[in-house]
Amino acid sequence: MKALRNFMNKIEPSFRPGGKLAKLESVYDGMETFLFTPNATSRSGAHIHDGNDMKRTMITVVVALIPALLFGMYNIGYQHYLAIGHSHEGWFTMWLYGLLAMLPVIVVSYVVGLGIEFISAQIHHKEIQEGFLVTGILIPLIVPINTPLWMTAVATAFAVIFAKEVFGGTGMNIFNVALITRAFLFFAYPSRMSGDEAFVKLDSALGMGGGTVVDGFTGATPLGQVATNVGDQLHMTNIMGEPISCLDAFIGFIPGSPGETSMIAILLGAALLLLTGIASWRIMCSVFVGGLGMAALAHALPSATYPASLLDPWTQLCLGGFAFGAVFMATDPVTGARTKIGQYIYGLLIGVFAILIRVYNSGYPEGMMLAILLMNAFAPLIDHCVVSSNIKRRARRAAIKE
Amino acid sequence: MGEFCQWNDILLTMSLGINYFLYLCAHIIKLNINQNNNIMAIVKLKKGFDIQLLGAISNPGMSDADRPKSVAVVPDDFQGIIPRMEKKEGEHVACGEPLYHDKNHEAIKVVSPVSGTVKEVRRGERRHIDAIVIAPDGGNDVITHDLKHDAEQVLLESGLWVMMRQRPYDVVPAPGVKPNNVFVTAFDSAPLAPDLAVVLGEKSKYIAKGVEVLAGLTAGKVYIGVREGQNIEVPGAVVTTFVGPHPAGNVGVQINNTVPVNKGEVVWTMDIVTLARIGELFTSGKVSHDTVVAVTGEMVQQPRYVKCVMGADLETVLKNELTNVAHSRIINGNVLTGVKVEATQWLRAPYRHITIIPENNHPDEFMGWVSLCPSRFSIYRTFTTWLGGLKKPVSFDSRIKGGERAIVRTGEYDAMLPMDIYGEFLIKAIISGDIDKMEQLGIYEIAPEDFALAEFADTSKLELQRIVREGLDRLRAEMS
Repeated sequence: MKALRNFMNKIEPSFRPGGKLAKLESVYDGMETFLFTPNATSRSGAHIHDGNDMKRTMITVVVALIPALLFGMYNIGYQHYLAIGHSHEGWFTMWLYGLLAMLPVIVVSYVVGLGIEFISAQIHHKEIQEGFLVTGILIPLIVPINTPLWMTAVATAFAVIFAKEVFGGTGMNIFNVALITRAFLFFAYPSRMSGDEAFVKLDSALGMGGGTVVDGFTGATPLGQVATNVGDQLHMTNIMGEPISCLDAFIGFIPGSPGETSMIAILLGAALLLLTGIASWRIMCSVFVGGLGMAALAHALPSATYPASLLDPWTQLCLGGFAFGAVFMATDPVTGARTKIGQYIYGLLIGVFAILIRVYNSGYPEGMMLAILLMNAFAPLIDHCVVSSNIKRRARRAAIKE
Repeated sequence: MGEFCQWNDILLTMSLGINYFLYLCAHIIKLNINQNNNIMAIVKLKKGFDIQLLGAISNPGMSDADRPKSVAVVPDDFQGIIPRMEKKEGEHVACGEPLYHDKNHEAIKVVSPVSGTVKEVRRGERRHIDAIVIAPDGGNDVITHDLKHDAEQVLLESGLWVMMRQRPYDVVPAPGVKPNNVFVTAFDSAPLAPDLAVVLGEKSKYIAKGVEVLAGLTAGKVYIGVREGQNIEVPGAVVTTFVGPHPAGNVGVQINNTVPVNKGEVVWTMDIVTLARIGELFTSGKVSHDTVVAVTGEMVQQPRYVKCVMGADLETVLKNELTNVAHSRIINGNVLTGVKVEATQWLRAPYRHITIIPENNHPDEFMGWVSLCPSRFSIYRTFTTWLGGLKKPVSFDSRIKGGERAIVRTGEYDAMLPMDIYGEFLIKAIISGDIDKMEQLGIYEIAPEDFALAEFADTSKLELQRIVREGLDRLRAEMS
């Protein structure tokens, strides 16, 4: 470490104003604070500070996403080899294929997003902020695997610039940046974001895998199948046309965006987020309660016109991005409600709207993204109402005194 | 747009409904407390945290400091006072004789704690007075006050007036304003804080007199906040017991949980030591400038109480403790609200406490943010400290341990602020300079020290006390 410290000290002058690389000052500071806990001691106010900082907070969220990431990779491989009739391949081969398939997306997401953050930090002469650590890994997890890399790059750039930097950077954004990326892709390139071709990678990944697709293959997600279901009976199948159960969806062996398929992996992440107290349990639980309630209501009034109403409530929660959104997106503290009472309302409405959109709007078989973005817009209003009650209480107290 | 309006209404109704319910619950609970009020009210506070630091006093013995080599008065200790000197360098001052008065209220005097000669008026940038240094002559030249005068005038003349604070703004009270109530805290709950009963010692006999004097100056009552098991029975005072972790001892927290300050009201605040001094003044006609300070902290060889004079030089007070000055941070007061001082400076008047902690005991910590080391202390479970329990005394240096960020995590301030105030929203209102919002959210009820624990716990590392101070100053300037 001593050598590294000396090296950092040696190169420092060239990054400071007047140095040859002064344009990269933010990058140097970013690297330095990444490697070494800042030595700065307090100048005003409290003389001691808690060990927790934003880097730690953000890295904990990334760790919580790892189960979903690893399973997502495995599932990409699993679906691929199933589609080309090589379902006997070992789990490591499947996982490796998934890794190779996702690696370019992860690299593109981080390079584009962090690049913009670096530039922005340098323009404003601020420290590089850690927000994109999480966003950068969320994006590959919610973008369908067959999305062309350039689309991901364009969408990421759009989201980081227009959903975050224009508002003042990390902590100032109104909408969840990763979801804006997804929404941008969804509305700009709808044909690539849904249907049979989006979610199962069929060609080779960096030279691995690939082959002839077996007969009877269909790449539609269970929710996609539900949306086009005809009649009073649901027929959900895997990509080979074999029927699937709620358990398959719970474990995650269904096509879908890489991070969203496995409820188990998501719940592992949720456990870490709740244990460390980073995510609000109020929001997370409220989303599930709201979703369950709305799904139960829809299921109580089944209708062939709205085939998603035929799904039982538990399956409803296991399918699609509901759980992933509830655990990792709705709980984003920056874009969510910040008062305790507000968090209950915010979460509850996300759950309700997600299922409402899913069931009664056949245009969007997946409602979670839109529900969260909608409630992002309403979060400040909810907080405003809650805080107003405190303001009114104070005003009333003063009035009584007089 | 029509759709949005409807939603707006639904949300509003829902949240207001829930709020109203909670408000009613809170009201019922409060009523229950109030019914028991006549005997002795107990307020239980759940929010907050007791930080356990190394270097607590284990043996409450007391040592006497030598006669100070120099004594100083630091004008920055008296918020809201703009000094106008009455004494020049080289002039003699008696103990208790005014050194300077406030520019806006000539009656507010700041006095010399010893008899001696004004050695130096030390000035900083833009002629700001940093300190007034007095060379004590050991003489017994003490000012005696005529108690037949108006009590307010005696207080102003004696120099004890500036030891009090008022809410709003957390400044020295303006003369001629009758406070709605007076609040006295009888305990200090901060990390390593001294036991104020020890600091008081024999002077506790003057408390009753102090209450009597202050009761005559306020339109309301004198409230005293005590901790569990602390028996203070004073005729004429309303004694409330506060149970819970720090900042239960903060007078602001006590006010908010008993009789909150409203806009337009003024209350005086002080600790029990100042109250006893006032009592002593109105008993003997003289102000006592002797004080007891707790010398604590990891870098102190033998934590103990020291009896000395207010404003005494630290070399005398700390004598054998200043061994590793280069790696120590000497703090007048506690680690949360105190001020950093150099070893060559003095004991500051408002504090009963000196804490010495390491400045930086882990330079260039490699990737501390991924650390799994259980000794890296955090009250949050993102680190592993909590597995070993958070009640063991730990070592703390003065590193900030992270960069300043926008407020991201929710509820951090609220968890450290046992007041009916939305701390985070108030801080945001102050940062954005929204004066109406500041008022509405209760800025008149707070002082910077109330946010000290939140500043410690803040993941975003914002300088909350500085922000609050600037907000209060700004509002005060705006209102005058």
